[in-house]
Amino acid sequence: MWRAGLVFGALIWFVSLAGLVEALHARWVVDGVVSAGQVLLWGVVVASGWVGARRAPGALVSRLGWGLFSGATAGFCLGLLAWLGGQVDLRSVFINASPVLFQLLSAGLQPPQAWLAAVLAGSVLGLVGAAGAVAPKGLVRPLLAGLGAGVSLGMFQELVLLVLQPEGLAAVREWLFVASGGPTAHGVGAVALASAAAAALRPALSAGGRTVGLSFRAGRVLWIVVGIALLALLPVAGGPFVAQVLVLVGLYTLMGLGLNLEVGLAGLLDLGFVAFFAIGAYTVGLLTSVGQHGIAHWSFWAAVPVAVLVSLVAGVILGIPVLGIRGDYLAIATLGFGEIVRLLVLSDALRPWLGGSQGVLSIPKPVLGGWELSGPQHLYYLTVVASAVVAYVAWRLQESRLGRAWMAIREDEDVAEALGINLVSVKLLAYGLGAAFAGVGGAIFAVMVGSVFPHSFQLLISIQVLALIIVGGMGSIPGVVVGSAVLIGLPELLREFGEFRFLVYGAALVAMMLLRPEGLLPAAAQRRELHAEESGSALQPWAVGAGGGA
Amino acid sequence: MALLITRGMTKRFGGLVAVRALDLKVEERAIHSVIGPNGAGKTTVFNCITGFYRPEEGEIWFAGQRVDGLRPDEIAHLGIARTYQNIRLFANMTALENVLVGLHRHLRSSWVGALLGSPAVRREERWAHEEARRLLEFVGLGGRAHLLARHLPYGEQRKLELARALATRPRLLLLDEPTAGMNPAETQEVIQFIRRLRDELGITILLIEHHMRVVMTISDRVTVLDYGEKISEGSPEQVQDDPRVIEAYLGTRKVAAEALG
Repeated sequence: MWRAGLVFGALIWFVSLAGLVEALHARWVVDGVVSAGQVLLWGVVVASGWVGARRAPGALVSRLGWGLFSGATAGFCLGLLAWLGGQVDLRSVFINASPVLFQLLSAGLQPPQAWLAAVLAGSVLGLVGAAGAVAPKGLVRPLLAGLGAGVSLGMFQELVLLVLQPEGLAAVREWLFVASGGPTAHGVGAVALASAAAAALRPALSAGGRTVGLSFRAGRVLWIVVGIALLALLPVAGGPFVAQVLVLVGLYTLMGLGLNLEVGLAGLLDLGFVAFFAIGAYTVGLLTSVGQHGIAHWSFWAAVPVAVLVSLVAGVILGIPVLGIRGDYLAIATLGFGEIVRLLVLSDALRPWLGGSQGVLSIPKPVLGGWELSGPQHLYYLTVVASAVVAYVAWRLQESRLGRAWMAIREDEDVAEALGINLVSVKLLAYGLGAAFAGVGGAIFAVMVGSVFPHSFQLLISIQVLALIIVGGMGSIPGVVVGSAVLIGLPELLREFGEFRFLVYGAALVAMMLLRPEGLLPAAAQRRELHAEESGSALQPWAVGAGGGA
Repeated sequence: MALLITRGMTKRFGGLVAVRALDLKVEERAIHSVIGPNGAGKTTVFNCITGFYRPEEGEIWFAGQRVDGLRPDEIAHLGIARTYQNIRLFANMTALENVLVGLHRHLRSSWVGALLGSPAVRREERWAHEEARRLLEFVGLGGRAHLLARHLPYGEQRKLELARALATRPRLLLLDEPTAGMNPAETQEVIQFIRRLRDELGITILLIEHHMRVVMTISDRVTVLDYGEKISEGSPEQVQDDPRVIEAYLGTRKVAAEALG
């Protein structure tokens, strides 16, 4: 508990010297008053108080005290950094240690007062965090929701402004934002208040729904309808940029669903997964291109099934040599496969057919009933439909005899085999079907970009797909969507902090594995939830002799 | 004719001979125990019979068919199931799912059928779930269907492993120390249960066991291994009085005589 302050103090040093604080400082959460950089610093100190109080044993007062102490420690660390910045030129090592940063850290005060102020402010913020830790959840949750919504308004202001673009919404726009772009104080306040109120009323609302006769199932259907409506309207409201980001999320979801079959269900670690994405993309490219490498000038719709089939076969072909390999060794072998495919399409030997590093160009957009699916908004709907179909297929497979066999070989291959599961066929199906899913993604990718070339299929994509299913929750289909949205969508939307993308990414992955290794939406919890209703039912005792005859 | 026969079965690991020229005959509907000191090669015998190991020499016959050289899943399809000395459940699957995997070999639906959700597939799945629940009920885990296997207490994990093995509907069930780590009351329960398997379901049992009381109570026939070799075989009484067995367990004859005093 005494360490909490030091750990979060170190975090302050890290985000400050890495340049994240200064980058976020350029963005107003409340125009002219509070910047995102300040919110980050304060947030870290509050978090230290929260953790300090959570870890502390004993009575309320002692926990609050520990929270205060943690906050003070974190504040002390912050002050130390501010003081150090005034004494030593850190810039020769840490290029982001700029005067602006130290101005921000010391809040414009001179060294001794600044340090004292940091410790005092840290104590107060730590106490706030500690109060959050000991206060009842019903109170904290609305507060957090309100704060989160208020900060999000600033962080995603371009997006919000984009949605408020139409003339009819000018009044709302001007009320929420100042002319230069930053959110107004009353705007942030209103949004925060509305979110807090919604969070506070949520339990009451669902209880109210039940009293007027909305069953659990009906409530779920209602949510699904709302979800579909939102999905349909998102690109219309958000414009091409948002649609483009969502298409990307969709493509990663498709790949994630495929890799989830292999890694999440069957436990076959695959680091060369991008190969199947590439194979799907190249197949569509070659079959539909009107350029020099096109071989058939087929329509997109005719090419997709072929692309899926080719990917499936490629998956099986990869699977055959690695059948007997397990664990770490399998990861390395598949890593090799991914690189082989990339290098093959890059090679001079295949240049006459695949175009080498130039790739296959002039891939026409899909045409549906005389209507060309050209922009990202159109492709968005294509991606959503494809993802929905693939997710359904994945779900059916998971619930089937084959899905259980996959889970069994993940858990214990030898035992599964001793129970009569044919490892060869089950593993090859995992590789083949997983690859087929990625092939669908590749097919859409090809028409989205309009060309395919080897550079699009880097190892990093395989790693990101693996990371997103781990963050989402291994073996969980909604987890794939959430993981894709969080790891792919969010960084895209916060593009201007792009240089910090992998920094935050890496830190988030480490924190995730330490704090919630089962992922955001773990499969096991889901399964229990799904079966919660039936497990209570009375079971018929079984007369022993009856079932044994066969 | 015997249900399971091994003839001259030998298994080596490098220079070590784990099982040497073993001749074993397990009669249909018998409860047959394999005993011996630690490292005598008992579990290796199980691994050879289930196809996990391939013996270097000798033959294994099951129900009139030669099975050495077959894959473990093929042998499972012929009707041999087993449990493990150190419980090996599918830890992150529910109890019900564990048993459903055991039923795998009795289900026919292909993955294409599962995608289309044909009536035949749905009927089969419903049957499988009912059957799995019955089996859980049979071993006394009726209320545990949706608990993850790793969350079950030790005794129930043993029961679940049995239910999973029974789900394959074996003719021959190999039990590797089913009473390990159990108190006398639980051990008694297991003895009753094994009897029921034989008497009511007609399953032949091959058993590795360290509790001599268990072996002597339920076995029709006992085979004693020491250093991979069969040193004695017969009814529990015959084996009990065999000087070679006493020697293997307790060292020299003199020490043995003193110990038995």
